[in-house]
Amino acid sequence: MRIGYYPGCSLTSSAREYDESVRAVCEVLDLTLVEIPDWNCCGASSAHVASEELALSLRARNLALAEAAGLDEILAPCAACFSRLASASVELADNPQKCQAVSEVVGMPYSGGVKVLNMLAVLERFKDEIAAKTDQSFRHKVACYYGCLLVRPTKVAQFDRVEDPQSMDQIMAAAGAKPVRWSSKTECCGTGLSTITRTELVANLSGRIVADAAKREAVAIVTACPMCQTNLDMRRPEINQKLQEEHRIPVLYVTQALGLAMGIDPQRLGLHRNMVPVELPEPEPEVVTTDDDDED
Amino acid sequence: MSSISHHDRQTTSLANKIQEVTGVALQNCYQCGKCAAGCPVAGDMEMPSCQVLRLLQYESPDYDRRVLESESIWLCLSCDTCHSRCPQTINTPKVMYFLREEAVRQGLAHPKSKDAQAFHKAFLGSVARHGRLHEIGMLMNYKVRTGHLFQDMTLGSKLYQKGKLELLPHGVKDKAAVKKLFKRTTGNKE
Amino acid sequence: MSRLGVFVCHCGENIGATVDVTEVAERCKHMPGVAHAEDYKYLCSNPGQNKIKQAIEEHQLDGVVVAACSPRMHEPTFRRAVTDAGLNAYMCEVANLREHCSWVHEKADSTTEKAIDLVRLQVEKVKRNKPLDTIQVPITRSALVIGGGIAGIQAALDIADSGHKVIMVERSPALGGHMAQLSETFPTLDCSQCILTPRMVDVSRHPNITLLTYSEVEHVEGFIGNFKVAIRKRARMVDEDLCTGCGECLQKCPTKNVADSFNEGLSMRRAIYVPFAQAVPNIPVIDTENCRKFQGKKCDRCAKACPTKAIKFDQKDQIINVEVGAIVVATGYQVMGTERFPEYGYGTYPDVITGLQFERYASASGPTQGVIKRPSDGKEPETVVFLACSGSRDAAKGVKYCSKICCMYTAKHAMLLKHKNHHAKAYVFYMDIRSAGKNYDEFVRRAIEEDGVKYIRGRVSRIYEEDGKLIVKGADTLLGGEPVEIKADMVVLASAALPNHGQGELAQKLHVGTDPYGFVAEAHPKLRPVETTSAGIFLAGACQSPRDIPETVGQASAAAAKVTALLSRSHLAREPLVAEVNRKPAPQFSDCTGCLLCETACPYQAIGHEEIKDRNGNVLKTVAKINPGLCQGCGTCVSLCRTKAIDLHGYSNEQIFAEIMSL
Repeated sequence: MRIGYYPGCSLTSSAREYDESVRAVCEVLDLTLVEIPDWNCCGASSAHVASEELALSLRARNLALAEAAGLDEILAPCAACFSRLASASVELADNPQKCQAVSEVVGMPYSGGVKVLNMLAVLERFKDEIAAKTDQSFRHKVACYYGCLLVRPTKVAQFDRVEDPQSMDQIMAAAGAKPVRWSSKTECCGTGLSTITRTELVANLSGRIVADAAKREAVAIVTACPMCQTNLDMRRPEINQKLQEEHRIPVLYVTQALGLAMGIDPQRLGLHRNMVPVELPEPEPEVVTTDDDDED
Repeated sequence: MSSISHHDRQTTSLANKIQEVTGVALQNCYQCGKCAAGCPVAGDMEMPSCQVLRLLQYESPDYDRRVLESESIWLCLSCDTCHSRCPQTINTPKVMYFLREEAVRQGLAHPKSKDAQAFHKAFLGSVARHGRLHEIGMLMNYKVRTGHLFQDMTLGSKLYQKGKLELLPHGVKDKAAVKKLFKRTTGNKE
Repeated sequence: MSRLGVFVCHCGENIGATVDVTEVAERCKHMPGVAHAEDYKYLCSNPGQNKIKQAIEEHQLDGVVVAACSPRMHEPTFRRAVTDAGLNAYMCEVANLREHCSWVHEKADSTTEKAIDLVRLQVEKVKRNKPLDTIQVPITRSALVIGGGIAGIQAALDIADSGHKVIMVERSPALGGHMAQLSETFPTLDCSQCILTPRMVDVSRHPNITLLTYSEVEHVEGFIGNFKVAIRKRARMVDEDLCTGCGECLQKCPTKNVADSFNEGLSMRRAIYVPFAQAVPNIPVIDTENCRKFQGKKCDRCAKACPTKAIKFDQKDQIINVEVGAIVVATGYQVMGTERFPEYGYGTYPDVITGLQFERYASASGPTQGVIKRPSDGKEPETVVFLACSGSRDAAKGVKYCSKICCMYTAKHAMLLKHKNHHAKAYVFYMDIRSAGKNYDEFVRRAIEEDGVKYIRGRVSRIYEEDGKLIVKGADTLLGGEPVEIKADMVVLASAALPNHGQGELAQKLHVGTDPYGFVAEAHPKLRPVETTSAGIFLAGACQSPRDIPETVGQASAAAAKVTALLSRSHLAREPLVAEVNRKPAPQFSDCTGCLLCETACPYQAIGHEEIKDRNGNVLKTVAKINPGLCQGCGTCVSLCRTKAIDLHGYSNEQIFAEIMSL
């Protein structure tokens, strides 16, 4: 199987380990990633400060490039890129007039047919393969953290349920992990505030998430968003200072966690790039179900 | 407190502009407060989202100004929690976005927003030049613009050690296409 | 040649200010066939009507056109007037100069010209009108009441007390509806069952009422005064004549883990059960989905225990056919389940319950004998948060309306909690307090002022579990939207009242309209509030929209009064504006070729067919036949008929064409 691939700017630098682990896991899953030729930045949150049109056009150019390359589905692992590209895809789908207008700006035709998928939506299709490619020894309690952009706005995300989503929990469970039930799955980590000098608020918001995960006895937080990962991982010193506690719970990309469960070399998964050291305790012993239990 | 009379109503109120530009009808808000109740930063705002919408509903110049000058509109995280739970499906993040732009346009933006503005400028500058974001270049630009030269310095060197920062930009090949795109949509190369 | 009279009304300024009424009258005088024309300020007034009567006599008129307001308003008035003067009522037509002309146009010559055209159309029509007689339809003088809650009970008792037979159909095994589930009732706090039970007994003992519980309406046909209804009486597996209600069988049933729907799932019942202790009738039902016997296992303990051998495992559903003249729909409501609230946990938190569940806890006959407990661990909650408007006034959840009863019952719930546990803390999140009603607002104030219930104005954004508590995240909009977080032991959702399940299908069977939410629609929101869009079918209670007990009872009595008025006559006069298949001399007999396309097209099932036979009984021709009792005069068959064999009395093809040609 093959799918279009839009790494986005983060995955080429500060979230490089996400890119590395995505590629490693997809290789195991026999999913060929076809990078969109000459893709450009999605514009993030800055483009439409300048103009709505600029924001739409930056996103649309990527969709048009994908279409030209014959890709009808593209994977955008970065939750922010996914959200921006998906919003353009939704806006342009079934709207030939808008497609026409944006095609002129971009200088490339676009017919509106490219679908944008996030990392979880793609992995969800491979649950059986994930179960088969792991030896189920990754029995760690993990806190699956979705953040905002994977589920909201619902019209754009069109994915999972908006409150208490389940997809990542099911993906991790397929790999043998024990996802904890917790209430911070879709709480905001505060990325939106990084551009304003209120870093203490970010520490506060991210801190609540880290503390909740630790309280539910998770040994790792699993995420599919570079912004969330950065806030929970890189800002850990500020978080710990704010909480006046020493939290050492690592923050893994979902593909890093899956890679570990699949037995992929940690170096290939970029684990050495995580700020909070990834040291998982011995997984809990497997509970062997007796024959009696099975029968009743 | 501001006294409101019929004459204070403007023909081109912010509420009107918001409806025109974003399609959000502020009169649909019935002030249930569910947005503020779920907002991660409501407690840190001098006026939470529902109060911002309330002030705008008056369509009075005084209140419009108060909203534009507020820090609240810059604290919105765009996390969309309010929008996803709003019984009237009011897209508050979209309104906040518009209010920021309007505040900048009218020169009323809160002093603390300067960093945000600088960030967006630096970000767009990098994208306009390379087609992709060059993080180091962008950060340097941002620091020069804001004067926060030494903020996060140790973090930066750590990031570099972890191989997370690229010294040289890896831009798109077709730079002309990106430049054209910027020119057509913003009227300049930024 | 006709001698018609034209009467043009000013309707005060309504027509007169826009249309030159005198000019209209003047011009009408010259229309062919018009013998007299005049205008008058208010034709609907007594002097106005007298003018018409006098003119008929004076000018020996044989037809009348009144140019005035909509015929929906005063057609009956003017038709009565011409009848008084000796004309057939259907020789009078109304030209609508108000709604169709003066109200929708500016004052201008062209407006007056249009008014003249409108009159001309009716003149051409009346020239071709034929005298028609009203159709007399016999009435079956009994009524069907669907639903055995308080609405149905009240309507049935009122109709039966007036001397008419009533058949009452209730879907569940017992009477009482939601009112039987309630603890105390606002604003008096009297016990719901105590005031309801005597009414239920009255129904069961009333000589004029036939009570069919565990039964549903299967099929309805017919029309006002003449409905034929098939009722499915579901098999109880218990012989109602033999059962004495001793309850021995209930004790012996080994299946004990069926969610008890009367207790809103808060307790378990057996597979053979009576919904509640005071049930009417006090006859058990075997729930075959959960009974071991019906699940292929060996068990007959209930049958063995029964002293009268009343258990009949081989009982079958019965179809009972009844004929009634009127129907009252009183099918009630249901509440939105907790699973419809993603932000409050999708119904996965056991201690987030609905208001109806709280009623069962508060009720002395409930699962905890009236002690407020919480489902998760059976402990008495110390802090309870009540959320008004849960799902109501929430367009995003598809319910834009106010459920009306929640403000009052939420105040009652908080009050009951405080009465039963003085240490408990009660918080109410609300958007507005809607307590219009006799002694209602006083009741809410009492909850706040005397019982110390804390009211917080704002909606709750989210509820989640942490450390065995429910974290309720709200905001206080009276403090400018300041976030409020309450650690609660239990949360009660005053969840929206919705149309009852199955309401849509029933409405289809009855051919009654529903509103966009699925509630039964009334014929007119102000002037015909207890009639449905189908003649002879009335409504009462929460099937129309959410309402409380006093209103429901009032409405049920109103529906009963309507039914009683209908049943007080032996015949019903119907407008003769019905379609008819033409007849011609032999050998043609009729233009109808017997294709019977009309039969399938008729929306009122009014068309059948008949065979034309010779003296020896040989069939010569089969033609369509229209039942004038069922025909509503819609004209569908007329437009469909390929041989033009069908015509509509009062709106014949000839009349319509003449109207068009006059323009």
